Amino acid sequence: MQIDITVNGTAESHDVEARTLLVYYLRDAVGLKGTNVGCDTTSCGACTVLLNGESVKSCTVLAAQVAGEEVTTIEGLALEDGRMHPVQQAFQECHGLQCGYCTPGMVMAITSLLAENPDPTEEYIRLGLEGNLCRCTGYHNIVAAALAASQALEMRQ
Amino acid sequence: MIPATFDYVRAGSVDEVIGLLGEHGDDAKLLAGGHSLLPLMKLRLAQPALLVDIGRLRELSYVTEEEDVIALGALTRHHDIATSPVTLSSVPLLAHVAGQIGDLQVRHRGTIGGSICHGDPASDLAAVLLALGATFVAQGPNGRREIDAQDFFVSFFEVALRSDELLVEIRVPRPLDARWGFEKLTKRAQDWAIVGAVAVRSRSGVGVGLINLGPVPLRSSAVEAAVVAGSNAAEAAAFAAEGTEPSADFNGSVAYRQHVARVLVRRALEKAGV
Amino acid sequence: MSILGNRVLRREDPKFLTVGGTYVADLALPGSVHVTFVRSSMAHARIVSVDSTYAQAMPGVLAVYTNDDLGLPKFPTIMGMTNEAMTPPMLASGTVRYVGEPIAAIVAESREIAEDALEQVVVEYEPLKVVIDPVKARTDEDLLFPDAGTNTSFSLDFGGDETLFDDCEVVVELTLANQRVAPCPLEVRSAAAHMSEDGRLEFNSSTQAPHGVRDALATFLDLEPDQVHVVTPDVGGGFGAKGAVYPEDIVVGWCAQKLGRPVRWTETRSESMLGLGHGRAQVQHVRIGGTREGAVLAYRIEVLQDTGAYAGFGAVLPFMTRMMTSGPYKIPRAECASYSVVTNSTPTTAYRGAGRPEATAAIERIMDLFAREIDMDPAELRRRNLIEKDDFPYTTPVDTVYDVGDYHRALDLALEVAGYDDLRAEQVRRRTAGDVRQLGIGLSCYVEITNGLPDGEFGAVEVRPDGKVIVRTGTSPHGQGHVTAWSMLVAEQLGVAIEDIEVIHGDTDVVPRGAGTMGSRSLQVGGAAVNQAAVDVVEKAKDLAADLFEADRDDIVLDKANGRFHVVGTPALSRSWAELAEAAAKDGTALFAEVDLASPGPTYPFGTHISVVEVDTETGKVNVLRHIAVDDAGRIISPLLAEGQVHGGIAQGVAQALLEEVVYDLDGNPLTSTLADYSFISAAELPSYETRFTETPTPVNALGAKGIGESGTIGSTPAVHNAVCDAVAHLGVRHIDMPTTPVRVWSAINDAVTGHGTAKGGR
Repeated sequence: MQIDITVNGTAESHDVEARTLLVYYLRDAVGLKGTNVGCDTTSCGACTVLLNGESVKSCTVLAAQVAGEEVTTIEGLALEDGRMHPVQQAFQECHGLQCGYCTPGMVMAITSLLAENPDPTEEYIRLGLEGNLCRCTGYHNIVAAALAASQALEMRQ
Repeated sequence: MIPATFDYVRAGSVDEVIGLLGEHGDDAKLLAGGHSLLPLMKLRLAQPALLVDIGRLRELSYVTEEEDVIALGALTRHHDIATSPVTLSSVPLLAHVAGQIGDLQVRHRGTIGGSICHGDPASDLAAVLLALGATFVAQGPNGRREIDAQDFFVSFFEVALRSDELLVEIRVPRPLDARWGFEKLTKRAQDWAIVGAVAVRSRSGVGVGLINLGPVPLRSSAVEAAVVAGSNAAEAAAFAAEGTEPSADFNGSVAYRQHVARVLVRRALEKAGV
Repeated sequence: MSILGNRVLRREDPKFLTVGGTYVADLALPGSVHVTFVRSSMAHARIVSVDSTYAQAMPGVLAVYTNDDLGLPKFPTIMGMTNEAMTPPMLASGTVRYVGEPIAAIVAESREIAEDALEQVVVEYEPLKVVIDPVKARTDEDLLFPDAGTNTSFSLDFGGDETLFDDCEVVVELTLANQRVAPCPLEVRSAAAHMSEDGRLEFNSSTQAPHGVRDALATFLDLEPDQVHVVTPDVGGGFGAKGAVYPEDIVVGWCAQKLGRPVRWTETRSESMLGLGHGRAQVQHVRIGGTREGAVLAYRIEVLQDTGAYAGFGAVLPFMTRMMTSGPYKIPRAECASYSVVTNSTPTTAYRGAGRPEATAAIERIMDLFAREIDMDPAELRRRNLIEKDDFPYTTPVDTVYDVGDYHRALDLALEVAGYDDLRAEQVRRRTAGDVRQLGIGLSCYVEITNGLPDGEFGAVEVRPDGKVIVRTGTSPHGQGHVTAWSMLVAEQLGVAIEDIEVIHGDTDVVPRGAGTMGSRSLQVGGAAVNQAAVDVVEKAKDLAADLFEADRDDIVLDKANGRFHVVGTPALSRSWAELAEAAAKDGTALFAEVDLASPGPTYPFGTHISVVEVDTETGKVNVLRHIAVDDAGRIISPLLAEGQVHGGIAQGVAQALLEEVVYDLDGNPLTSTLADYSFISAAELPSYETRFTETPTPVNALGAKGIGESGTIGSTPAVHNAVCDAVAHLGVRHIDMPTTPVRVWSAINDAVTGHGTAKGGR
C-alpha cells in the first residue's frame, strides 16, 4: 500500500506492505539508517523517533498507522543552521555515548522528555529513560547529558 | 521480527468498526495504540487476517467531567490521562498510575481502552479501575451497554466484549475527598508488576485492587469489608491474599506473591488514610 | 603541555549523534538476499527429519541448507585444551544440544519472506535426556556426547594440599553461584558477504576481531587469507561475546560463495539471547582459613564451569579464574581446581572480565564471611591482608606475578570518599530502630589481569605531504574510542593537531595484522604499538631534517608546540611535517613507520569499590543508593574514556549482583529469551557513580598504562553483592546467591527469621 509520511520535514511516499513497521519504513523505504533496532519486544528504545514531536518506539508502530503524520529521526534533529541540537551537543560534551547504537534513540527520547519537563531532576530523567537501554555507558553520562541539555535549552529560551 | 501478512483497514467511524467486526468476526483484530497487539504479532503469537485500525477515531479520545463521573474515551492515551487537568484534579490516582505504565514512549501510543481490552491480569490500570468502581461502555450493532468493571474481566486475557462490540468509554465515579495509595513491586521500572496493590478511600467507600494475583485483575472484597468493619491497615491487609491465585515463576512463588500482596495492600491502605 | 591525561572529547561522536553509526545492517548491498536460521526448539534431541519442502516452494525462497549441504568441518578445540568431541558443528548435525541451536539456513529475497519461510520448515525431534544443572552434568549420568564418555570438557586440577588449612584457627566455607548472564550488546550479531569481481570474499562483520574472522573464513571455506577481505564498520558493543567467530558467520560466507549473490544476516534479539554466547556460569566452592586476629593463611577455590552445549571459549574461563585465585591479598597458601562441563544450554564465552570477575566474586564474598566469623570490620580485615606496595613484583601462590600496585591507597581513598564510618553509624541506627529499609555497605578490593593473552599488536603511522597523519591499528574498537585515544598518543609524539590525524581500523586489507579488542588489551598493546610507530616516525623525520638542514642528527629538535623541526638554537629556520613528508616523497620514500609490537606482558589493575544499598526487608527489593569506585589502571591517557569504561562496567556489575540471570527450566527451555523477560538494567535502577582514579604507572609497557575495560565490572559486582548480604546479615542471613532479586532476598530473610535453611527463592 502507498504510505505518505512527512519525515524530517520532507514528504515521503512509498509503496510498502501493510505489515511494514515504521522503523523499517524509515530505514528501508526512506533510507535513513540512523534509527536502530535493538530488540523485538518494545523494551530497548533504540528505535525511538519523534511522532508529531513525541517519542515513540518505531518498532511498535505500523507505518500505515501514522500515514499523513510527521516523524523526526536523529538525522532531522540538528538545528537549521547545521549546528547540533543542544541534546546532541550535550551528549558529546558529557561523553554520553560509546558504541553509539542506543544513541539515536536516547537522544530522541531525551528531546521528548525535556519538551515535557524543561526543568527535570535526575530522578525524573532516570525514570523517564526506563525504556531506553544502553550497555556501554552505565547511564551516568547519559543522565548528565540530559541534565546539561536541559540547562542549555533553558538558556536558549 | 516482522508480523505475518494481514489486510489493513483504517476505520473512519465507530459504526464502520462495528460493521467490520460483524462481517469478519474473529478474523479481525482492532488496533488502537498497538502496544499490546503489535508485540504479539511480531513474535507471531497473533496472526489476524484483518487489522482494523481504530487509532484515528479522534472522537474516542477525551477526558471529560460530568456531574459525578469522569468519562474517558477508550482511545485516550495513557500520556493524556497522566497529564489531563481533569484527571489530575478529580482522579489524581488515575493520572498517577497512567503515568507509570510501560515507559514514556509506550504512554505516547498506548490507550486506556486497548490496555483494558487486552485483559492482562498484570495491568495496573485494570486494578485501579476496579478499585474506583468504574464502568465500561461497549457499543455494538444494537447500541450501547454498560459493563461493571467487576464483570468485565472474565478470565485470563479474556474480557466481556462480544465479538462485534467495541469499547468506547470508561466511566469513573468521581471519588469525593479521596485519599489513595498505589504500590507495585517490580524488578525494573519498565517491568510489569510482580505484585501490585491500589487502595482508594473516599466518602463513598473504600476500593482495593490487586495486580497480578490471579488470572484476572482483582478487587479485594475481603480487605474492603475489613476496612468497612473498622480494621486498621495492618489488620485489613491480612486478608489481602484471600481469593488470590497468583502464578509462580522465577520472580516469585505463590507464597511470596501473597506475602507481598499483604505488605503492599497495607502500605496502600496506610497512604489512603486507613 | 601534554595532551595526554586531558579531557579530550571524542572525535567519533558527531557522526553518531547526527546521522547515527554505520553498522553492518546499515550497509548498502544492492541485490542482497537474506539468511535466517531455523533454530532448535528442543534442548536435547535427535533430529529425525528436517522437512523444508513447503518453505522451498515459497516464492522468493532461494534455498534451505542443512549441515549435510554445507559439508564444512566442525570448529576446532580452544588452543588444543578442550575435549575434541565437544566442539560445535556449523549447523546441528544429527543431534541438537540447546534451544536456539541453528539447524538450517533459509536464504530468501527479503527478510520478510525469510521470516515467513521460517514457519514452514518442520523439524521432527526425538527427545533425549536434558542435562541443565552443571552439578548433575559433572556426574556423567547423562551424556551430551556419548562418544566422549564424559561431560567434562576441560579441567585444571592442581592436586590438593590436604594440610592447607591445618594451622588455621578459623575456617569458613561457602558454595556460591556466579550465575549465567547474557552479554547483550545493543547491536545483535550481523554479517554481510559478497564475492568481488576478482573472486575474493568480501565480508562485513560485527566483531571485535576482524582478522580472526578473516582467518576463520579462510580456513573453513578453503581460501587463502588474502582471498578474504573483512571490513568491520561501526560495532554496537561486544563485551567479549563478539570476540569469537560464530557458525552463522561462516554459513553466511558459504552462502555468498555458493549462490554468487550478496548475502546478509542480522539476527533478532530473541535469537541473540540464545545464540550469542553467555557469560560467567560458574558454581564455586570456596574455603578460607586464618587466625582470629584476621590473618588469612589459606584459601582454596573449586570451580565448576558451565560451558553450555559445546566446549568453546567458555570452557577455558577457569584458566583466568585460577590466575587470580588469591586476589589482592597476601595469602601464604592458595589453590584452585576447576572442571568445565557441557550442559544443554547456550555455549558460554567471554563476557566483560571473562573468568576474573568470578575469582573476585568468590574471594570477596568469603572475606566478608570470614570477617563476620571473627567479628572484625570487613574493611579492617582487608586492610590487614592486602599486599603491601613494597611487595611488588609479587608472586602469588598460583605463580601469577603482579606488576605493581598500591592497594592500601585505593582502599583508604574509597573509604574516605564513601564516608565509611558515618555509613556504619547510620547502619547501626537503622538496625537499632528496626527500620523496614535496612542499609547495606559492601566492599570489594580487587586486582585483575589485563592483556592476559600473549598476542602482540600492529600499529603504523604515516605523515603525508598534505600534512595529514594516517594511523593504522590492529585493535578493533566497538565503543572504546580508539580513534580519539590513538589520535592523542600520536598528537603527543608528533606535535600535530588531532584533527589532522586519521585512525583506520577494522579493514583487513588496509591493516595487515591485528588481534583485535578484548581482555582490556587495546591501549597497553595496540596503543603502545601506535605510540612506538609515532616515535619511530619522529626519528625518521629527524634523519630527514638533518639532511635538509645539513646539520648534525643529534641537533635536530622537534618543536611539538608547532609541529616543526629545527636545528637547536635556530628555531626561526624550521620545516613542517608536511614539508618533510614532501621531501621524503621526492626521495621516493615516505614518512612512515610500522610496528609489530610483541606483547609486553600482562598488567594488573586494582582498586576498591564500595556499594551502599537499601533493602526493603518486607519485600526483598534492593535499591542502590551509592556506588564508590576507586580504580587504578596505571597512567590514565584519556580520563574521559577511562571513566566511561568504569561507568559501563559498574552498571553491568550491579546488574549481575541484583537483576540479571539467564534462566532455564529443567527441560532446558529458556525463560529469559527476550529483553522483556531478561532484566537488562536501566537508568532507573542505578544511581550516578562516584569514581576516582589513583595512578600507579606500570613498568611493563612504555605508556605506564594498564587496561581499564573490565575493572568496573570486576570491582562492582562483589561490592554490591556484599552490600545486599550485609544489609540483612543482622537478621541472621549468611549468604544470598546472585542475582539478589526481591524474592531471593525476602526468602533468605524469611528463612533466617523462621529458622529454615537457606532458600533459593521462587523456583
